[in-house]
Amino acid sequence: MSTTAVPEVAVTAVDEGFWTRARKAGAVLLALGVLATVLFGAFATDQQARFTLSETEGGAALEINGTVGAILFGVIAAAAGAALLAGVPKRWFTLLLGAGLVAFVLSFLCWQVSAAPEGRNFMPLVNVLRGTFILALPLTFGALAGVLCERSGVVNVAIEGQMLMGAFSGALFGSISGSVWVGLVAAAIGGAFISLLLAVFAIRYLVDQVVMGIVLNLLAVGVTGFLYERLMATDAEKYNSAPRFGNWEIPLLSDIPLLGPALFRGNIFLYLGLLLVLVIHLALFRTRWGLRTRSVGEHPTAADTVGVRVLGLRYRNVIMAGLVAGIGGASYTLALYSFTKNMIGGKGFIALAALIFGRWSPTGALLAALFFGFADQLATYLGAIGSSIPDQFLAMLPYLATILAVAGLVGKVRAPAADGKPYVKG
Amino acid sequence: MEPGEIHALLGENGAGKSTLMNVLYGLYQPDEGAILVDGRPLRLKGPSDAIAAGIGMVHQHFMLVPVFTVAENVMLGAEQVKGGIAGLLDRRRARREVAEVSGRYNLRVDPDAVIEDLPVGIQQRVEIVKALTRDVDLLILDEPTAVLTPQETEELLTVMRSLKAAGKSIVFITHKLGEVKAIADRITVIRRGRTVGTAEPSASRDELAALMVGRDVRLTVDKQPAQPGKPVLEVAGLVVDDDRQVRAVDGVDLTVHAGEVLGVAGVQGNGQTELIEAIMGLRPTLAGTISLDGETTHGWSTKRVLRAGVGYVPEDRSVDGLVKEFSVAENLVLDIYDRPPFGKGLSLKPDAIARSAKERIEQFDVRTSSAEAAVGTLSGGNQQKVIVARELSRPLKLLIAAQPTRGVDVGSIEFIHSQVIRERDVGTAVMVVSSELDEVIGLADRIAVMYRGRVIGVVGPDTPREEIGLLMAGITPDTAPANPHEGNAAATPNAGGTAPAPEGPGNEDEA
Repeated sequence: MSTTAVPEVAVTAVDEGFWTRARKAGAVLLALGVLATVLFGAFATDQQARFTLSETEGGAALEINGTVGAILFGVIAAAAGAALLAGVPKRWFTLLLGAGLVAFVLSFLCWQVSAAPEGRNFMPLVNVLRGTFILALPLTFGALAGVLCERSGVVNVAIEGQMLMGAFSGALFGSISGSVWVGLVAAAIGGAFISLLLAVFAIRYLVDQVVMGIVLNLLAVGVTGFLYERLMATDAEKYNSAPRFGNWEIPLLSDIPLLGPALFRGNIFLYLGLLLVLVIHLALFRTRWGLRTRSVGEHPTAADTVGVRVLGLRYRNVIMAGLVAGIGGASYTLALYSFTKNMIGGKGFIALAALIFGRWSPTGALLAALFFGFADQLATYLGAIGSSIPDQFLAMLPYLATILAVAGLVGKVRAPAADGKPYVKG
Repeated sequence: MEPGEIHALLGENGAGKSTLMNVLYGLYQPDEGAILVDGRPLRLKGPSDAIAAGIGMVHQHFMLVPVFTVAENVMLGAEQVKGGIAGLLDRRRARREVAEVSGRYNLRVDPDAVIEDLPVGIQQRVEIVKALTRDVDLLILDEPTAVLTPQETEELLTVMRSLKAAGKSIVFITHKLGEVKAIADRITVIRRGRTVGTAEPSASRDELAALMVGRDVRLTVDKQPAQPGKPVLEVAGLVVDDDRQVRAVDGVDLTVHAGEVLGVAGVQGNGQTELIEAIMGLRPTLAGTISLDGETTHGWSTKRVLRAGVGYVPEDRSVDGLVKEFSVAENLVLDIYDRPPFGKGLSLKPDAIARSAKERIEQFDVRTSSAEAAVGTLSGGNQQKVIVARELSRPLKLLIAAQPTRGVDVGSIEFIHSQVIRERDVGTAVMVVSSELDEVIGLADRIAVMYRGRVIGVVGPDTPREEIGLLMAGITPDTAPANPHEGNAAATPNAGGTAPAPEGPGNEDEA
């Protein structure tokens, strides 16, 4: 008798104990803030820390005295932590946590920049922003490949292998043909080849998808490594000197201060990546294909009973994921470097982390990739200004950020319900 | 099947009703035989062929994507698109269509609601809307009332009548006799994969039941009045989340006394599972206390709970109750394998295990080829008897039995029920959780009704079914007008204006 309105019962509040998630985060942040205030404040010098809006030392800049800045931002971070610890309404959580972390990073930067040797004690924000995007780009492609796959219910651990194969075929066929476009197409097909294997074994033969993904990564390393030795290392001129895409400047937009030089003077991969994020996001949530993809990833039996071809759709999506990841791999070999063995170096796995951190949404994946890209860029920048922090620690930064982000900041995430579960009729 | 006919397909669990209908819906392929529509044989390669042939199906387990809205679920597979090749969804049109169909048949479904937030009865109507928007002529309803409260069932029957009036044919699969007699135009009875008879709805219940199970059955439980002793299990203010971190048990207070059976009734998914798992130490409690014989069990491992004298018949025997690949004998000692006489130090004592297995197989009438047979090869009823035998072989203070007779044949049901009552009579506190109201009424000395994670009322076993049904739907005597009986009467015209059939689903039999 659902005609009678049922009074909505209020859910009993549970005393989670003193240490709620917000409080734990607050305690950590408070500790970081105090650390920043004391340590960074002590190490920072009285030099000005300059954050220039250009690529060089000159031009407009934001300036602050190193010691003052380190202490000020440290105190802000500690205050945000203390507020969380004291207990604030839930909706403030993200804001306070974000503000606190940004303040901590700024405090750190004030120390580092002010302590850098004369002539290098400035931070060109354009360079940092551009570097962040460049480093985030392969992650974005990789994470998009993950979105395409996992939204339809196939776990894609093979992103690394797809990117590596893409990078390799892009370099090889680009070199042989002498055309960047041929290279680009070949890269996409190379990535799709690995994902086709994933699709066949995961969908047709019901092999465990995670295990299959790892095996494919190893396969890609092996195959490309072997061919690299056989072809590229012996005759680099012929096989490993692919032409590269240049930078295309977009009129008007590229004149915007700060954003213009960073975002609108990039290569085709930058534009393609951003476009793909937008397109896949719209497609996933606004089109027939997207609705069916999501239904297959959530409840394949339901999709089957209304006539959606579950397996066909999964095949298609997994292969599309390979195309995207392959292009991501080509963003190295057709724009930046020539091919080297195992050149993706774990970026595919960080892309997987970006996928989860971004909660299986294309825009979320982009933001997560930018976060990791920034960590990476920061490490490079600190190396360049001769930071007192040892190289090895700087090199750890992106991975540290990944662990912290996935373990600490993600919170409760719901993967597509049928992710990783093979579909068998009946 | 004729146009505008409601044809009931009656049969016990596992008789082959659902399989038959899945073939008809194109999900399974027939090994032999043909399906005729309008005299022509039909080859169904998949559900889309069935839909094209005008056949729609509402599955026992709903085929709805929980995170989608009603409109998204309805349009899935038959999306209206605009924008050419891009295939942009025409959501506005889908919403309008849902509103229109739901209005025409008085289904009252909100197109923008998200499925997982909807009660089961409404989800079922979404399924019906889904079929209707695809212009089906034949609608298959597979066990549609299994998850409904009696009141929701009455509403469903009203919907079925209005569909029939609109010229749709309906196949109604069930094992509940009352519903069949209330609504069917024709009845086909299936047993062990064969049609064993066709009957008119005027046939008596006993005739139908006999056709269905192949022999006369007794539908009541013999027992003496209970003699409750001191409280054994006390639950106070218990709060538990489900696997998705959604509140499932929301402040439950319960007491079970020695020598009584407390029945927990409620539509499935109202927190019963989580309540039991919390008591057994299988699920963390967020607030509240559970005490056993006056001792709080907070932080106890499941093993410690079991050792304290709690017997547990889990809801899903094949997942939680048995190790299917293990032998009957091994399954019989899963709880005490490390205790003498079955184990000592690091070693097991196979002789003692085999001896005790033999005794218990006899005592509990487990039909198995041998004690060494893998438990997975036994029938559902005998598997359940293995669990009951194991749990009742220890001295117990408390027995918790969840859905003790689900998917179990009639003979085993009687046996298991008598064992439960015997355990009560030796002074064990018993808690029976079942979504079959008849089972709860038959076994229990007191009935606690759960609704949305709360115990909404505790009543005696003589309480009219209608009143318990109202409680299961979340309506307490306070919120319903006047007393619950009047509340029910007032609701019936509201649900479509049809007078309740003399043998309405309000008192259906479980065969």
